[in-house]
Amino acid sequence: MRSMAKKITQKTKTPMPCVDPAVRSRAFVEVASGYTEEMAVAEANRCILCKNRPCIAGCPVEIDIPKFIQKVAEGDFEGAFQTLTEKNVLPAICGRVCPQEDQCEKLCTLGVKFEPVAIGRLERFVADRAAAFGSQSDSGTSPQPTGHKVAVVGSGPAGLTVAADLAKMGHSVTIFEALHEAGGVLMYGIPEFRLPKEIVQREIHGLERIGVELKVNHVIGRTFTVDDLFEELGYEAVFIGTGAGLPHFPKIPGVNLIGVYSANEYLTRSNLMKAYKFPETDTPIVHGRRVAVIGGGNTAMDAVRTALRLGAEHAYLVYRRTEHEMPARLEEIEHAKEEGVEISFLAAPVGILGDDRKRVCAMRCIRMELGEPDASGRRSPVPQPGSEFEIDVDVVVFAVGQGANPLIRSTTPDLHVNKWGNICADAATGATEKKGVFAGGDIVTGGATVISAMGAGRRAARAIDVYLRNPLPDGV
Amino acid sequence: MHRILSREALAPDVVRFWVDAPPIARKRRPGQFVIVRLGEGGERIPLTIADADPKRGAIALVVQGVGKTTRDLNAMEPGDAIQDVAGPLGLPTKIEPGQRVCCVGGGIGTAVVLPIARAVREAGGHVVSILGARTRDLIILEDDVRAVSHTCVVTTDDGSYGQKGLVTDALREAIAKAPEPFHEVVAIGPLPMMRAVCELTRPLGLRTIVSLNPVMVDGTGMCGGCRVTVGGEQKFVCVDGPEFDGHQVDFGELMARLTAYKEQEAVACARHPVAGPFTPAW
Repeated sequence: MRSMAKKITQKTKTPMPCVDPAVRSRAFVEVASGYTEEMAVAEANRCILCKNRPCIAGCPVEIDIPKFIQKVAEGDFEGAFQTLTEKNVLPAICGRVCPQEDQCEKLCTLGVKFEPVAIGRLERFVADRAAAFGSQSDSGTSPQPTGHKVAVVGSGPAGLTVAADLAKMGHSVTIFEALHEAGGVLMYGIPEFRLPKEIVQREIHGLERIGVELKVNHVIGRTFTVDDLFEELGYEAVFIGTGAGLPHFPKIPGVNLIGVYSANEYLTRSNLMKAYKFPETDTPIVHGRRVAVIGGGNTAMDAVRTALRLGAEHAYLVYRRTEHEMPARLEEIEHAKEEGVEISFLAAPVGILGDDRKRVCAMRCIRMELGEPDASGRRSPVPQPGSEFEIDVDVVVFAVGQGANPLIRSTTPDLHVNKWGNICADAATGATEKKGVFAGGDIVTGGATVISAMGAGRRAARAIDVYLRNPLPDGV
Repeated sequence: MHRILSREALAPDVVRFWVDAPPIARKRRPGQFVIVRLGEGGERIPLTIADADPKRGAIALVVQGVGKTTRDLNAMEPGDAIQDVAGPLGLPTKIEPGQRVCCVGGGIGTAVVLPIARAVREAGGHVVSILGARTRDLIILEDDVRAVSHTCVVTTDDGSYGQKGLVTDALREAIAKAPEPFHEVVAIGPLPMMRAVCELTRPLGLRTIVSLNPVMVDGTGMCGGCRVTVGGEQKFVCVDGPEFDGHQVDFGELMARLTAYKEQEAVACARHPVAGPFTPAW
């Protein structure tokens, strides 16, 4: 074994080349350009191949991280790709959008004393290089068909993972997607400058290649109910991965003025409908000179950086706590600052003001102070009386969280939901109390991460496979 | 892809299409709509399902050419295909058996009122219909509406056909003449018309249902672009509607929100070969 004996020569991560902030803040080009082969090999060589391999436990889809990294170090990029795709069907996506600092990289042994190995960047490199060379993963090649039919509702990260895993097991899988393109939040939510849509479509096509059928424009709850999928269309199991797609607006005056958006609408117009190319494309969007985005999560960062790219002279982020409590990834906050986003901490809107055409012209905010920690352990913001102030804005985007969409629960009476409308499902298997129905991702947990939805998909696929092979008798 | 099976001009700039969409044709109920995208780069627009033929697997869409997308659609011919049609969306109209209903259709709103009137009739109700438009050429689907109505009154603003005046004039008379009071009024048409009908029926305490037409993107409750204020509460038209109690709707807010993209719509029309000058529908 050469483990631990290996000498650490590079204490920090090999830097990721990025497009200059002045250039990228005005264009939808991808911010991070990715490693070259030389950079990837150098970074892979930082892995000390430790005995405990803690990084694997940090990965919700259990990629054999040391094995793929070792192959990169050896220059066997094709082998690294095959290792990756044994466990992850969407590596080019995960390498870009996973919060590695809270997952695999958080547990990296090297990270105890130095910077952890840049696992995400290496995953991205391997996936992108394989795509450039037209490599295809062998893990999906012609399994023995089982004859079982499964319907997957929603084509976001959870649904795509379930579908891929079940197809690899030989089941016949159909994904039903309500929008006209598959990918869920990967298509409508995360912007082109963080996750190019071409890459999302490429990884989804990989699923079709292994036999997954994709039906877009099918709104389950409307076009077919969950019961129709069983009774009319003959599916034996249904996985629900419809996400957390119902936007919240605060109850303050002015939220229905022209120029007030949910982050979902703002990002859907820009990403899915490509409103940034209007009038070359047909979907318009209100271009603000001064845009305020409310919130502190990744969705807020995506929206405020989109505002800059749509031509805003000032893009403000208004957050009611401090930088320390922001749920957004550190990297995204840094990128936003470099691009010129102006952040106002400890402030919250109390009203939006409009002109005589009912268009936004200003926002009234109030200053906050952090009080005692609440039940979740975070210090709650407390409004400071008399501290109100106004800022001139013409677009306001709310990125303050989302609820569960009611379409499925309102048309599937025997599906159990909690008080927030999220589907009640077993965390280990995704099984619901309705026979043959499984669920996972944000529709169960509320808004979380891409990779946690994929982990839920992975676990549900295993449970569905068991269920199909040994169906429970009626009434159990 | 959804093939256009037939095309029929109903009035200047108003076309009825039958479009291939088997699952939607089977599932759809009166009051529901679809979201349509013509092709790559196109926008998503909501259109009410005017009729359905489940056997043929087809739905009818009545389209008024008011902007770039609707004019492009109206220029399509049988055999052409619409890339995306998603639905049926929204909640169906609540039809109670044996009710006396006055159905008021303004302009293209008649296409939305027709399936509701038919459903009321089929549920054993009594249907009085009032159709109105600016001028004779713009009255659509009169024969279809007459066929399902016990009484049908047509009005034109300029008196070129039927009774001269507004639908509200005819409604006032119909209410006065009715041997038994109406259970409700269903009014669908331009926002000023729906608002005027609501102002007439409110003091009478006569329940009035309107179908709202805000800007939509996804049509599935995901974005809130179609939000309206109804009875002081925020509602999403695509999942909570499109029909609401007209006496509770904030029409002023909705009318303002419909102007959000006026300038951009004019730009889209101007650079487009099919389109003539842009005439807003509000």
